[in-house]
This record gives sequence, structure tokens and C-alpha cells, in this order.
Amino acid sequence: MSEYLIKNGFVYDPVLGINGDKTDIAVKDGKIVKDSELSSKAKTIDATGKTVMAGGVDVHAHVAGPKVNVGRNYRPEDKLFVGTAKSGMKRMEGGFSVPTVFRTGYNYARMGYGFVMEAAMPPLYARHVHEEIRDTPIIDQAALPVFGNNWFVMEYLKNGEVENTAAYIAWLLRMTRGFGIKNVNPGGTEAWGWGLNCPTVNDPVPYFDITPAEIIRGLIEANEYLGLPHCMHVHGNSLGEPGNFSITLDTLKQAEGFKPKGSFGRDQVLHHTHLQFHSYGGESYASKSFESKSREIMDYINSVDNITFDMGCVTLDETTTMTADGPFEHHLTELNHLKWANVDVELETAAGIVPYVYSPKTFIAGAQWAIGLELALYAKDLMKAFVSTDHPNAGPFIRYPRVIKWLMSRKARDNVLDNILKYGEKVRERCFIGEIDRELSLYEIAMMTRAGPAKALGLAHMFGSLKEGMDADVVVYPFNPEKDDDPEKIETAFSNCSYLVKSGQLIINDGEIISTGRKRTLWVDAKVNENAQVMRDVEQKFLKYYSVNLGNYEVLGEHFLPNPYIIEVDATQ
Amino acid sequence: MTKIVPDVICPFCGTLCDDLEVEVSDDGKTIVDIYNACAIGAEKFMHAQAKDRVTRPRMQQPDGTYKEVSYDEAVEYTAQMLANSKKPLMYGWSSTSCEAQSVGHEIAEQVGAIVDNTATVCHGSTLIAVQDVGIPSCTLGEIKNRADRIIFWGCNPTHAHPRHQSRYSIFPRGFFTNKGHKSRKVIVVDPRKTDTAKMADIHYQVEQGRDFELLSAFRVAVRNEELPDTVAGIPKEEIYKGAELMKSGRFGIIFFGMGVTQSLSKNHNIDNAISLTKDLNEYTKFSIMAMRGHYNVTGSGQVLGWQFGFPYCVDLSRGFARYNPGETSSNDLLRRGEVDSIFVLGSDPGAHFPISSVKKIAELPSVCIDPHITPTSEISKLHVPVAFVGIEVGGSCYRMDNVPIDARKVIDPPEGVLTDEEFLSRVNKRVSELMEAK
Amino acid sequence: MTKIALNLITGRTIQQGVAMEGGKEKDAYTKACGIIELDLSDLKKLGAWRNTNVRVTSPYGSIVVKAVEATQGPHPGLAYIPMGPWANSVTDPNTYSTGMPTFKGVPIEVEVAMNEKVLGSIELVQKKCRGEV
Repeated sequence: MSEYLIKNGFVYDPVLGINGDKTDIAVKDGKIVKDSELSSKAKTIDATGKTVMAGGVDVHAHVAGPKVNVGRNYRPEDKLFVGTAKSGMKRMEGGFSVPTVFRTGYNYARMGYGFVMEAAMPPLYARHVHEEIRDTPIIDQAALPVFGNNWFVMEYLKNGEVENTAAYIAWLLRMTRGFGIKNVNPGGTEAWGWGLNCPTVNDPVPYFDITPAEIIRGLIEANEYLGLPHCMHVHGNSLGEPGNFSITLDTLKQAEGFKPKGSFGRDQVLHHTHLQFHSYGGESYASKSFESKSREIMDYINSVDNITFDMGCVTLDETTTMTADGPFEHHLTELNHLKWANVDVELETAAGIVPYVYSPKTFIAGAQWAIGLELALYAKDLMKAFVSTDHPNAGPFIRYPRVIKWLMSRKARDNVLDNILKYGEKVRERCFIGEIDRELSLYEIAMMTRAGPAKALGLAHMFGSLKEGMDADVVVYPFNPEKDDDPEKIETAFSNCSYLVKSGQLIINDGEIISTGRKRTLWVDAKVNENAQVMRDVEQKFLKYYSVNLGNYEVLGEHFLPNPYIIEVDATQ
Repeated sequence: MTKIVPDVICPFCGTLCDDLEVEVSDDGKTIVDIYNACAIGAEKFMHAQAKDRVTRPRMQQPDGTYKEVSYDEAVEYTAQMLANSKKPLMYGWSSTSCEAQSVGHEIAEQVGAIVDNTATVCHGSTLIAVQDVGIPSCTLGEIKNRADRIIFWGCNPTHAHPRHQSRYSIFPRGFFTNKGHKSRKVIVVDPRKTDTAKMADIHYQVEQGRDFELLSAFRVAVRNEELPDTVAGIPKEEIYKGAELMKSGRFGIIFFGMGVTQSLSKNHNIDNAISLTKDLNEYTKFSIMAMRGHYNVTGSGQVLGWQFGFPYCVDLSRGFARYNPGETSSNDLLRRGEVDSIFVLGSDPGAHFPISSVKKIAELPSVCIDPHITPTSEISKLHVPVAFVGIEVGGSCYRMDNVPIDARKVIDPPEGVLTDEEFLSRVNKRVSELMEAK
Repeated sequence: MTKIALNLITGRTIQQGVAMEGGKEKDAYTKACGIIELDLSDLKKLGAWRNTNVRVTSPYGSIVVKAVEATQGPHPGLAYIPMGPWANSVTDPNTYSTGMPTFKGVPIEVEVAMNEKVLGSIELVQKKCRGEV
């Protein structure tokens, strides 16, 4: 297989502790190796004057599946004027906030990303998620099935049956070829089946009579019982509501007392996603009431060692919101009166889709923008804070380089406050962003976009670093840390890498995509002891309540996962 | 000794029943019997066994008769036709698997074709309306388990989706609906007293073509505002009664079909129906669902969506995807003479398009991929038989509620007959060579 | 010759579905779809017995089908032809910029055509395309 020597670049690798030293990176047979292992056939990639990092790892983006496709099909306007013709082996590309699968793969590659986690997979629709993942070129992907409103989970947890919950989860991960435990608006989305919700962690779910707090704790327990690579990944209750920070703290506190189990190297038992949407104070969105509670949230997160989060940074774009938080999406359409799609999924979950414009002419969009950045800038340990825009909810993923620019440059943030936001002054008053001097370094950005997410996902043995033995995901950005001082350069460089090696194959050469590689679909196969009760419950519920036969539920067949990468977990102790 | 293949998916309509059981002969070569299917599904499975199956491609001769040709010749003719066209139309796609659709899209992208599916004469109106107002919906199991108010508007499932009512919408005993049909109230809106209307608690025999007005009237009634004495032939008292029935339920669903997508107000009807559903969510939980016709028209819309960004009427002729029903829709393209060849797979426009469009198909270079002899095959220049998806080859399909189900292979196709995917892959390869040479 | 004006809708029936899957070139398909369902009162107005062939004409075309009694009536003024090439010989091809032809709600005139034949689907479509009928 091909050999490459990426020479003379400024390397940033928080796992190895390399902070901008000029180091050569050697690639052979799909892995990072010692320079000395390369033969004379190795091709040199000249990274002089450029930044070199491991391939990016995105811990949370909605890029594949039924609600994403609703977003595409019901927003023809999202394709207007942004299409790209096919050229060479590249397929045609389309879409801005909800790109087609080809554009998704190519754009992530252009940003130097090697792995993307599909944030939410409704189990009944798992095949659809996998079909889109299969058709997305270049990047490795996995998907998180949702459990927080699942009838089996709620019934078992109500009875305190952690072992049964774990057995069911292991079974479902296999059925759906899923990666871990996603928990969206626990309990509230089942309540939404009746048009209701669970706003706080203590509101019981209609009929099932279990609280969100119990669901969160139960899923953490089941996750650690299984020792899965990733931890329970939660989208807390009351997303987007003014004053919701107290509910978020209640959510985060459910992790108290839990320690991670298993051998995949993560430190956390709870990952809170798109934390920005959950860090609000005040009683309305009006500037006289709304305020940032990022300090309170980060004070708590900084005081514990078993929680990670991703930002969910608002990018001030017109975008498309889509989430399994059905009641929230209904609330959003009542706010902005834009077209609302909804799908309730039997026994499992729901989804809502609504377009949204984060207009810089509004106070609230400016405040949301500020809060996302504050959370990261207040973080003590950037191995626990990850860059995300909850794509496409807070903004399209192609804005990650812009988010990185804002994190690295006070000047860039002031430019937004002073020249882009209409109510910048108000945002300075009601949020903390104006008084934060901190500018993150490339090393810290590498933590937030590679090393940290890889570790949190339990994938630190494959991704996130240029250590020997790691998968050879290497990216060269046209950014010179010694010379480039214009913050705009950060954004352009991280949007279009010069070179990308993915799993040891050269994908981008001198800024051009020359290959689509051979992407893998990762999933977790957790072995548990035989559990006759859970199997009987599964058979019964399929017979009586599901609309498909049990025999047709499992994602079987090479045509869904042509190149699977299975992570085995032994939970039989 | 025969054996039973369980969990078989029926490849006829959007109900996509997956509980069929097919009895096959011991040598696995013949379907002996089929259980749980409706009359139409059963006929499809049994007819696949017909002794008079076409098993080789047929090329139209100058005198109008057809002569057998080889698959290789068929591949060559098809590839040449598509590669040499300025703006070919690739239509159908609804009666085949997503895998086949995907290969078709690769070909279309190479030659700059229009890709359109049967939604163009079915729920295209719905797709347009959803693009205007969204759609609150759910999976069929939610209906089974929660719904106590069922509305069939402009559709007749007893005839078009025969097992829908017993599997999902009226009779099943679900988790919160364990009294089955006794837990539910049914409203049917149809200008005829259809066999479905005979199940209804209330049948609104609306004046044909005036559903838009009746939908508006329900939206008024839901808000307790004033109505004229009659709307669309229905007295206002009956409308208020229906609105109350809708609001008093715990979970309602509107199923709708061609009565509202194909009558004159088309997408505006659906817009209004979706808006009524949205309005009802102020009072109780309500959803709406399109009764999709072909068993994989939904899948075609999904694959087109994730690959190109639009669900039908996708024009790839400029190198990037464009969409404009009315301009890029099959019937309009044919009528205005804006396509120079037509490739049909997995549908029968010869029978189901207005005759003026069919005349155009007969005039143009045309290829028809279909296991059956159909009006389309008998006016196309080339007819290529293929295996039945869901019977002789498996493949991914999407139900009317977008749930993906993987259809199974139960028996082999007749000796030497290719699958859609195999034929398309060969055409794709040949087209690459031809386009490269250009 | 008595001509009556009616409103035509077209659509599915179980028999149409079963016959279609059995092969559109077969008689069963003609029996299932080469028909027009008329309300008894309209048959009376027309002066026709049940199961008589009639000629249906719209601004868009003309076809001979067998008139049968409405199976899902009563619906005076409304006529029903199952979807298929007979129905589509008279449906409205105009999409009014929506992409969707008007298969339901077509103004037609019906007159008795006892001596005219109902053609099989293949023959019908081939002859229509050649302009022979």
C-alpha cells in the first residue's frame, strides 16, 4: 500500500504533547509509522510553512437519516445557487445547510475531518441512516441510536432493571449497527406522542411514570454496565428555553457518583451535546430579560471530571433545525411560523424539522452566538470541550473553521460584536463574551477537534493523534503559525486543506480531491449474557405493537454496510 | 415437501406488508402458495410463475412486431441511446429497489438526464405542498397504538391499500387502543360512497373537486367561527360535528390520496389539509400521511433526496441538480417535446400517463425495463425483462411512512433473466466508455 | 343520439390491481378497466342498459368502454373509469404548471356505442399512438 512522508510541517498533537514543532509524519499501510519504516518508494508531501494535525473527529452532526432527508426534500430553496457540477470522479454536489451526501463527504474532507458521528438514529429507520452513510464518500462514520424515549428502556428502568436495560441496549446496537447511547429530551419525546412534554428532569412521562432524571441515570448505569466505548450522550430537557440553565445543571448532576468503566480510555460518563442551547437565563428572549448562564454551567463542569460537552455554536446563518426533540420543534414553528415537519416513531422516538434564520439583526441570535463561544472559552480542560454547531441546528458544519477563528481571535469576536451584530452592545451587556480575552491556541483547537473527541468516543486508539500505530488520518492546512496573523486566514485555511491522508490513502492533493477512498461504518457489538426475559419482551412487543415483523428489523446485508468496522465489547461479567 | 418462507415483504403498494408467508416447493424453484397477502399481492407473486413470462429482451422491428435480442444488444442499444441524447428522460423507479435506483442515478448524472418517478402522477402534489408548509406525521405503528380518530380523505384503501385498515389504521389492537376498531372513530371524505366509506362513522360525500373549500371549512369550524349554510355540498352542521369529533380525540390522523392530489386544486388541496392538521395540533395530537401508491416510490424520493436534494422531477442536464415541477416534470417535458429519448424502469406510463404523453413516448427512441408486457413495452423500441424485486431479488424499499424495509428474494428469476441492478450496472459501464470517448 | 354530460374521475379498484398484476395484455384487464361506472339515474338518462358499450368524449380525447352500474354509488352526475389506458384516453393532460395531469374532474360526454368494440389495452395504446383510433 502507499507510503507517504509529510515533511517539515508545524505539528500539533495534544496526545503526544507536540505543540507546533516541525516534525515529519510517516504513513505506511494505512497507519502512522516511524520514518525509518518507509522505503524509497515513499512519496513526499511538503508541509513546509503549514500546520499538520491528525484528521478531525466530529462528535455530533446530523448528516444521515430520515429527518436529514426531510430537510433536503422539503427545502428545495436550500439548493439554490450553491450546486456544483460533477467533475472527474466527484459526483455533483448540492445544498447549503443540508448538503447532499456527496457534498457532505467532500466538505468534511476539505476541512480535514476523518470521522463523523451521526448524532441520532431512530432504530426503526436504521437502514435509511446506513444507506446515507454508505453513500457519503471518504469519511468514516458511525451512528448513535436514540434510547431516551424507548418503551423497553422506560419500562425496565422504571423497575430498576439495569441488567435487562443493558441487554436490550446491546441487542438494539446489534439490530441497528449502532455505536452508543443517545438520549434526546428524555421522556419528553414520548410525551410528545400525546402532544405533551417533560420540561424538567422531574416531570413524569405520561403512562410510563418515569422521570427524565431516572432515565438519564439509568442509561448512564447501563452504559457503564456494558463498558461501551462512548458514554451516555444527552440532549437535555427544555432545549432553547430561557431560564433552562437550572434544568441543565439538574441534568449534568445526574452524573454524580458515576465512574467510567471499560477499557476504551474515556474519562467521562456523560456527554452533554450542543450545550449552548441549554445555558440560558432570564424569562424571555428579549434583551431586557435574557442572559447568558455559561459561567454557572462551566463552573459546574470545571468542578467535576466526568463530563464532556460540545458547543453547539450558533453561526449566524439561515439554516435548518432538526432534532428528536419533537415538542421543541413544534414550539419553534409557533415562534417563527416557518414550515414544520414532524415524525413520531412507534415505541422509540420522534423528530421535528423547522428552518431557522439566526439573523445578526436580532439580539437573541447574537446572544446565542456569544454563549456557544463562552462555554469553550471558560473551559478549564479543552480535552473536554468540543467544537460543534449541532449541524445543521445552530449552523452548517462548513462553519467549523469560522468557529475556530472566533475561538482563536479576540479581534474576530469583536468584529462580530461591533460590525456584524445589530445589538452588539446589548449582547456585551447580557453575555460575557465582550470581557473574555482568552484566545485559544492551535494546540487547544487540536484538543477540541481531534484528541478530545476521539478520546470521548473511546476511539483514541484509532483517531485524534499522530502517534505510531494510529490510523493514518493526517491533514495539512495552509496556515503558517509563525507568519499568518490575520484571523481570516484561520478560516480559509481550515476550510480547504492542502493535503488529506485518510486511512493511509491520499484523498486531497494540493487542495484537490483526487480519490474517495474507502469509507468505513463503525459499530459496537456488545456481548452480554443470554437474557431470555428481554428476548421474550422483544418478541411480544413486535407481535403486538410494532408495525414491522421482528424478522425484518435487523439491518442485515452487505448493501447497507459494505465496509463495516466492528468494535467488540465483552459485557458478560 | 414444501417449505414456508416467513417475513416476506409484498412488492405492490406503499402499505409494504412484511408479514407475508410464501410456500415454495422443496427444490426452491416454484411458489406454491402465498399467505396473508391481499388479492393484488397474491396475484403478483403467483403471476411471477406464469409460463408465458418474457425472458429475453425484444427489439421493435420496422413493421411493429418485436424480435428477440440478447441482453448484450439491449445494453448496447440503451447505452447508445442515453449517451447520444441531449436530454433523455429516465422515468419510473417506483417498482424497483433503492440499489437499482442508485445505479440509475449514476447513469443519469453521466448523461445529463431528467430523473423522475411515479410521484409525478401520484403524490407529486403532496411533495410540493410539503415544500410549502411542512408535514406533521408519524409511523404507521403510532396509528396502531395511539390513534382514535381516523380520517380517509380522497382515498379508498379498501381498493388501493387493501390490508391497510387491518394492519394499521382501523382494526388493530395497539398499546393504547386495545379495543381495536371500537377504540376509533372513522371519517371518510369522498364524492362516492366507496367501500371504505361504508366503514365510516361519518361519510362526507363532498362535491367532486371542491375538497379545498371543505378543508377550509373544517379549519373555520375548528376555530368555532361562522360558516355558510353549505360548503362543497355539505351542510354546516355536519362540518361542525366533524370538527368536534376531530378535536375530541387523543390522537388523530388524516390519510389522503388521489382524490385530492389529482383533482384540479392539486397541491393546494394538500397544503390546506396539512394546514388543517397543523391547526388541530392546537387542540390535540394530529398527524397526516400520504397513501403512497407504488411499493418503492417513497424510496425513489429518498434516494433522489440524499443524492441530489430533490424528491422527483430532478433535472441533471446542466451538470448540477435542478428542480421545477411543471417544467422538469415528465408529462410537461413530453408534451412540449423537450426530451429526445425516454428510458422507463419500474412503472407503466403507457397505461398511466395521459395518452398525449404516451404518443410522444411512441415517437421517441425508448427503452422499457419491465418483467411484464405492458402498454409501455409495446410501444417502446426496446423491451427488457428483468427479475421481480421482492420475489426474485431482494432490495431496500421504503414504506409510505418512510420506514425502510429490506425486501427478500424468495425464488430465482427465470433462467438467464437479469435483475434491474445487473442490467443498469452494465449500461452504466458502457455509458462511461461512450461518454469518455466523446 | 342521446348524449349526457358527466364529471369523470379515474382511480384504483381491486379488480384493476389484480388484473394489472396478472398481465395487462390479458382479457381480465380489459374487463376490469375498459369500463365506466355510471349511476343508475345516469344510465336511465342515457337510455342505456347495463353493460352496453358507450363512447366517452372529453376535450382531450375519446374512448369506447363498457358502461356498468356504479359499484360504490349512488353518485349521480359522477362517472368512474378505473385507471388505465382507457381512462387516460380522455383525462386532462394539463398540469397547470404543477407537473400533475388532471386525472380527476374531467368534463365528459357519454353516448351509447353498442356497435363499437372495447379494445384490449395493447391494441388500444398502439392504435392511439399511430392515430388510428
